[in-house]
Amino acid sequence: MSAVLIAILVLLGLAVVFGLILGYAAVQFKVEGNPIVDQIDDILPQTQCGQCGYPGCRPYAEAISNGDAINKCPPGGQSTIDALADLLDVEAVPLDSEHGEEQIKKIAYIREDECIGCTKCIQACPVDAIVGAAKQMHTVITSECTGCDLCVEPCPVDCIDMLPIPTTLNTWKWEQPVPGVALIATDSGRGSEQRGAA
Amino acid sequence: MGKIFAFHGGIHPPENKKQSTRSPIRPAPVPAQLTVPLQQHIGAPAKPCVQPGHHVLKGQVIALAQGKISTSVHAPSSGTVIEIAPKPVPHVSGLSAPCIVIETDGKDTWIDHTGLPDYTQLKQNELIDYIRHHGISGMGGAGFPTDIKLHLGDDHIVNTLVINAAECEPYITADDMLLRERAEQVIGGIEIINYLLRPSHILIGIEDNKSHAIRVLEEAVRGSSLNIDIVVVPTKYPSGGEKQLIKLLTGVEVPSGKIPADVGIVCQNVGTAAAIHQAVTQGIPLISRIVTVTGDAVRKPQNLEALIGTPFKTLLTAADLQENKLSRLVMGGPMMGFTIEDDQIPVIKTSNCIIAATLDEMPPAPPALACIRCGLCEQVCPAELLPQQLHWFAKSRELEKAKHHNLFDCIECGACSYVCPSNIPLVQYYRYAKNEIREEEAEQRKAEQARQRFEARQARLEQEKVDKENRRRERAEQAAKAQKAKQAAPASESTPKATAPGDELKKLKTAAAIARTKLKKAQTALEKAKAEGMNDLSELTEQHQLAEKAANEAQQAFEQAEKSAATAAPSGPDLKQLKTQAAVARTKLKKAQQALKNAEEKGQDGIESLRTTVQELEAKAAVAQQAFDDAEQSNEASHTSPGENPKLNGLKEDAEKAKATLDKAEKALAAAIESGSPAAEKMKAGVEKLSAKYQAAQSAYEAEAKSTTPTTVPAKKEEAQLDAKTLKQNVSIMRTKLRKAEKALGEADAGSDTAVELKAEIDRLTSLHNEAKLALEAVEAKQQADAAKQGIDLKQLKVDAAMARAAVTKAERAIKKQQETEPEAELTSLKESLVAAQNHAEQLNKTLSQFE
Repeated sequence: MSAVLIAILVLLGLAVVFGLILGYAAVQFKVEGNPIVDQIDDILPQTQCGQCGYPGCRPYAEAISNGDAINKCPPGGQSTIDALADLLDVEAVPLDSEHGEEQIKKIAYIREDECIGCTKCIQACPVDAIVGAAKQMHTVITSECTGCDLCVEPCPVDCIDMLPIPTTLNTWKWEQPVPGVALIATDSGRGSEQRGAA
Repeated sequence: MGKIFAFHGGIHPPENKKQSTRSPIRPAPVPAQLTVPLQQHIGAPAKPCVQPGHHVLKGQVIALAQGKISTSVHAPSSGTVIEIAPKPVPHVSGLSAPCIVIETDGKDTWIDHTGLPDYTQLKQNELIDYIRHHGISGMGGAGFPTDIKLHLGDDHIVNTLVINAAECEPYITADDMLLRERAEQVIGGIEIINYLLRPSHILIGIEDNKSHAIRVLEEAVRGSSLNIDIVVVPTKYPSGGEKQLIKLLTGVEVPSGKIPADVGIVCQNVGTAAAIHQAVTQGIPLISRIVTVTGDAVRKPQNLEALIGTPFKTLLTAADLQENKLSRLVMGGPMMGFTIEDDQIPVIKTSNCIIAATLDEMPPAPPALACIRCGLCEQVCPAELLPQQLHWFAKSRELEKAKHHNLFDCIECGACSYVCPSNIPLVQYYRYAKNEIREEEAEQRKAEQARQRFEARQARLEQEKVDKENRRRERAEQAAKAQKAKQAAPASESTPKATAPGDELKKLKTAAAIARTKLKKAQTALEKAKAEGMNDLSELTEQHQLAEKAANEAQQAFEQAEKSAATAAPSGPDLKQLKTQAAVARTKLKKAQQALKNAEEKGQDGIESLRTTVQELEAKAAVAQQAFDDAEQSNEASHTSPGENPKLNGLKEDAEKAKATLDKAEKALAAAIESGSPAAEKMKAGVEKLSAKYQAAQSAYEAEAKSTTPTTVPAKKEEAQLDAKTLKQNVSIMRTKLRKAEKALGEADAGSDTAVELKAEIDRLTSLHNEAKLALEAVEAKQQADAAKQGIDLKQLKVDAAMARAAVTKAERAIKKQQETEPEAELTSLKESLVAAQNHAEQLNKTLSQFE
């Protein structure tokens, strides 16, 4: 009888001890916010363009963590979708064309002699990449522009252009080699065709 | 001779070096035009310091180094700068980059240049700066600015200096020929580097296929005071790679992601050493280099000393190129070089070799086959990587895994591609993967930056909102307080509270009020005690007297202060204050009278004291009223100029207030008469006074109003503008309605009743719209005409014009879009709007041009 009592007491004691430890840990090592949101936010391109329908990248990251689709980010493109799929362990899906299509990277340029200094684009820019003041010419800090497109619409004189980033010697990169692998007979034709194009 | 270690892998491709070593180094002809790229090395491009049209001398600085990793650029020959523009440069991409184009005058006139008589007199930093300003950058392959490497002694302990003379790549003999002919220059350069880095020993690594060069070098070393070891290494590609050579000579492996200096070794090319020597001893900047021109397509393969900026075409001609045999032009060696398409591309500081290859010599790569996992690539890899794995990862874009397999340790030597039996372009895959990873990292950095900026902006906006809210709340609180105070003050007169009494005044007032309250309390206590017939009356009376005294003192102080304030500034706000004072005095009087009356009715004691208070108060009220009246009169006298709306308003207010006061006073009087109080007489007098005052105020207001009627005329103009605005709004509302109706029509079935109705509605709306527009245009035209008369500011017009232009482009875009989606339909209306917009824009432009 006493053996059973001892066993019960020991187990009870253990339960109390571990309960205390866990309770302490829950208070002391409490994680602020949802860490998955931060991880998703890190993957998103941070253009803050709102093409996903949310006001910025973080709100979309929060929406994804709450179960929204991962294919609503055109600036990130397929690589972002793949990375998100990898992180969340879900199926990678093609980009939802409803929210726009993947385009080459562009940044905004203001045709400065046409700018009337209305400051509307400055208010629209989510990353403060446009400098200028009322009735003064504005210009884009190209190194800070994310190419989100949000400044184009508010411009009353249409003097903002979205231009592709020019390739320089420092930004030029190698293309992926064309795989010329001819595994079966019908492959060879396709391979030579691709090589011809390249 | 030092001990030789071994590095992993390596290959033995056909050397093909004999062809170009038969003849000595010859100077290349000076071309008619030299194209000098501003960026010939890793780092930031130099900044041009000459303009087109400037005449430059040989050796003159034409572009200055900017940034830490950069070197200056010098004119290779004398002549005129004709252009600073993007030109094709030696790069795999075939892209153009900014270049300075110099038209040579054929005289090759040197700028004054002298070397340093004794470089050991200079401090090390000064000497390194000297080398930097003479444009010396690595002449081996990557072209790293040499001064950076020479600074390595500052924060690293450099114990070994390795001089790279291995020149392991096939075909290239530039370093070989340099050693054969100018070994003493190389040794001189090594001495200078030794002075800067102070290594404990110096090793020259040279492959055993350069026996002539080794002999000359040994000769030269004997004449040097330094202890230089010449280490002959077996011929194996890529023994000339920096890390491979270090492994060969010292047995030390440079850790992944580190530079040789981290293990105490600095590596310099022989060409660089010679260039340093020339710069230091003769003051000759890096304006020429030895280029091997070889390949089966040239009849006389040889080494030429070419000026930087010489087009390859000139060198090929000098080596007697057979155009018909040429199939590929390669810059650099056959292993790590790249094909170039344009023979006008200039020689730069890193161009060591040009191969004009025939088709037999360099046949096009056969198509790649599938990987058979033979493992040959792993055996030859000098960096001990797993090329096969890297290939798979690069192909399937598993970049993270490729990174974990140390992709960035790949030196892109091409040994794996060379041995691959399936002809897989392995190096290309690695280059591609490296690029992708670098780009991804750059993007991540940019995203991080964007996020920080976005968050900072959000925080700022949030803060602004909070601040605004706070300000609003503060204002609301203040308003509430004012309201409360106003309510707390007896509403006998509707005069606004004194707006801005001095702080001192306020304090005094509060003190007086407190004293009064105390007094009152004491009084009530006394009365209570008296009524109850208690004994300790004497004590209470004493207290009461004390309180009374204090109250009187406080009141006096306050009044004095008030008076002084009133005399100090008898202007607008003071008037108000005076008025308030008068009102307060009157109220007090009234209260006191009331109290007196109550007391009389009840037959209580203390009536005497009350009576005196009332009298005092009466006197005070009279004084206050007098002061106010005086002030008012003086104020009115000082502001008799007509046309001041605020004054008019003030007068009106005054009159109204006076009226209200009068009414109230009359009422009070009636009540007083009814109750038969003794104050009735006085009240009557007060009422009379008030009514007189009211009349005066009224007449003053009327007079003022009459005199200011002309001032309302300018308001008419405003009205006109307002009209234009409302008209504009109307037009836009109309337009929106019209659009909506049109849309509804489009949705409704054609021919149905609703459609007909809608059409009618649309017609009606259109006519309305047109009418509104016409009206608006008329108003606008009038405004413009007015503006033209008055000379409106140009800026506004410009802005209008720009907006109109934008409207035109927007309309055009809309039409285009419409045409794309559904031709024919609805185009007419859009076109109309376009025409209208165009007209508007034109009109505005015309007006604008008139002014300009």
